[in-house]
Amino acid sequence: MTAPYTDQFEAYASNGGGEGPAWLPTLRKRAFDRFSDLGFPTTRDEDWHFTSVTPIAERTFKALKPGPTTLTLSELRPWLVDESWHRLVFVNGQLEPALSQFTELPAAVQVSTLSEALREEPEWVEKHLGSLAAFDKAAFTALNTAFMQDGVVVRVPKSEVVDTPLHIVHVVDAQAEGAALHPRLVVVAEPLSQITLVESFVGLGKASYLMNAVAEVAVGNGARVDHYKVQRESTEAFHVGTTQVTQGRDSMYHSFSYAAGAALSRTNIYTRLAGEGGEARLNGMYMLDGVQHADHQTFVEHLAESCASRELYKGILDGSSHGVFNGKVYVDPIAQKTDGKQTNKALLLSDRARVDTKPQLEIFADDVKCTHGATIGRIDESALFYLQSRGIPLENAKALLTYAFAAEALETIEIDALRVELERGVFERFTHTRLE
Amino acid sequence: MLKITNLHATAGTKEILKGITLTINAGEVHAIMGPNGSGKSTLAQVIAGHPGYEVTKGSIEYQGKDLLDMEAEERAQAGVFLAFQYPVEIPGVTNAYFLRAAYNELRKARDEDEVDPIEFLDIMEEKLALVEMDATMMQRSVNAGFSGGEKKRNEILQMAVLEPTLAVLDETDSGLDIDALRIVAEGVNKLRSPERSTLVVTHYQRLLNYIVPDHVHVLAGGRIVRSGGKELAHELEEKGYDWLLEPVPA
Ligand SMILES: Nc1ncnc2c1ncn2[C@@H]1O[C@H](COP(=O)(O)OP(=O)(O)O)[C@@H](O)[C@H]1O
Ligand SMILES: [Mg+2]
Repeated sequence: MTAPYTDQFEAYASNGGGEGPAWLPTLRKRAFDRFSDLGFPTTRDEDWHFTSVTPIAERTFKALKPGPTTLTLSELRPWLVDESWHRLVFVNGQLEPALSQFTELPAAVQVSTLSEALREEPEWVEKHLGSLAAFDKAAFTALNTAFMQDGVVVRVPKSEVVDTPLHIVHVVDAQAEGAALHPRLVVVAEPLSQITLVESFVGLGKASYLMNAVAEVAVGNGARVDHYKVQRESTEAFHVGTTQVTQGRDSMYHSFSYAAGAALSRTNIYTRLAGEGGEARLNGMYMLDGVQHADHQTFVEHLAESCASRELYKGILDGSSHGVFNGKVYVDPIAQKTDGKQTNKALLLSDRARVDTKPQLEIFADDVKCTHGATIGRIDESALFYLQSRGIPLENAKALLTYAFAAEALETIEIDALRVELERGVFERFTHTRLE
Repeated sequence: MLKITNLHATAGTKEILKGITLTINAGEVHAIMGPNGSGKSTLAQVIAGHPGYEVTKGSIEYQGKDLLDMEAEERAQAGVFLAFQYPVEIPGVTNAYFLRAAYNELRKARDEDEVDPIEFLDIMEEKLALVEMDATMMQRSVNAGFSGGEKKRNEILQMAVLEPTLAVLDETDSGLDIDALRIVAEGVNKLRSPERSTLVVTHYQRLLNYIVPDHVHVLAGGRIVRSGGKELAHELEEKGYDWLLEPVPA
């Protein structure tokens, strides 16, 4: 099943993939060989038990030839959340300066495309690219590394604080039908710095494509990174996204993953708490309908003393959709005083919807506090009647209760504009009422 | 106002109401008393339109309309209000949002303009004072983590805001101290008018010292076994219910 990609890789290696500093083709080759050895994961792999990627593996997604886009800003507007943000827009994998927006960032902060960074600072890129996103056991990450086209590189120097969010938008439209996209994001937040990133994945229309994104985020000592991922791919598309984080002493990594699009999506959020006193907050929500399938896997490695991890995931499932949440926590023998809490809750709106959830706690230290809880439920009939008995029509009452279910997770979004937008998204999906 | 005729209702296979006939005229306050399990809450829930009960026989007419033909929300919009014996907790929905949504639905049903959050705040100020509730209650999730007394007061607050034409109070007095009882009674009495009617379901005659009923009915085994004036409540207080219940065959 990996064979069809061999020709593509050879063609790519002798074409665009051969460009850049000398180490890059070598890295790509190593990654591709690894991908060939690993093959696509199967449900026999523990990490993929509930998610079959057969629909991805049995197709051959083609490399995309960059072409001009006709997409206009007004078509893009519904996906921009806040137009004042610094924004890099990639259409079908290619940066579109005309749709992007470059605001004034603190002078020392660097935000550039991967291709730019490779030209201008190849050594710096070499040091960081692939340093976190290991591909020896991860086929999709290997595939991304072999084929990665463009992407974004963010470097926040020591003690710099970036106030407004940086928005990275990946838009895919009908031109990308049948294509694979492999964007890469590299973020290095140096000690005591702060930045907020919003990554949007947007599918316009009904295109079927594979979005295989990889992000690497290094959070330095005392630094803070807020990282929002908003996945609204086309409902015919496939999305595999891996975010690999490492955290220094007293750092904070706050992630929120929203998944409402794609026929099949898999989101991996992995963080290593490598320095004392670090904190990871991994929250998210998914909202599915029809035959959609969304899988979230989180992995928190507590590798130092006195770190905290907090996870809250909520899922709303309608139709015959299928949700998966797999939260792994590893507590190293030296990671005493670990404080870990994981909660995931799902709301089933239909009899055919299904959720599989699997917490995995591996604890090797004794002085730790680790809890996890999972619930799967339906709309509370007595609450529904209570609302109706006050004059609220059934459909609105359902929407209100669904929204209320989501609220606990959405409240963890610290960007007001984004929270309001996603709250509205949840509310309006189930009703024609507008949320004020 | 409300005309219940030979009402039979079941939950699953169990028949709970076995032929209730009761007429409440505009302006009247009726009390329903009776032992636990006699069907008082079932009657209240059937009036409000709870989908868990099936009416197998009989009718309920409200303001000349067939009440049983209306959805629960339509009944509310037509002025029927039930203060629940066990108010439901709704985490994630603030009292403020909930109350305004309900208030606006009722206004919409009467072809009146909806009110915005600011206007609603003004309306609430007076109502909160009436039930002696703090404004911070409005920002809390509906009934979530409320004490028993707070929940009951919240029911009365809703009643005060929605100003129903027919209010049904299901044991709103249970578990309340004398102060809370007085507040509940004031909330009810404030709404008393020649156009409105109230059905008070209670276990004790205590509440009826504050809300003086025009008629008292005793419900037992799904039937009204006795009706009378307010003095019937005192008699029940003294003698209990046993003398009214059918003798158990030896
Ligand atoms: N939804 C239901 N399903 C089954 N039995 C019920 C249901 N609701 C009430 N009952 C039964 O019907 C009887 C009357 O209940 P209820 O109306 O709550 O009485 P009361 O309010 O007078 O105490 C009780 O025996 C109760 O267990
Ligand atoms: Mg009762």
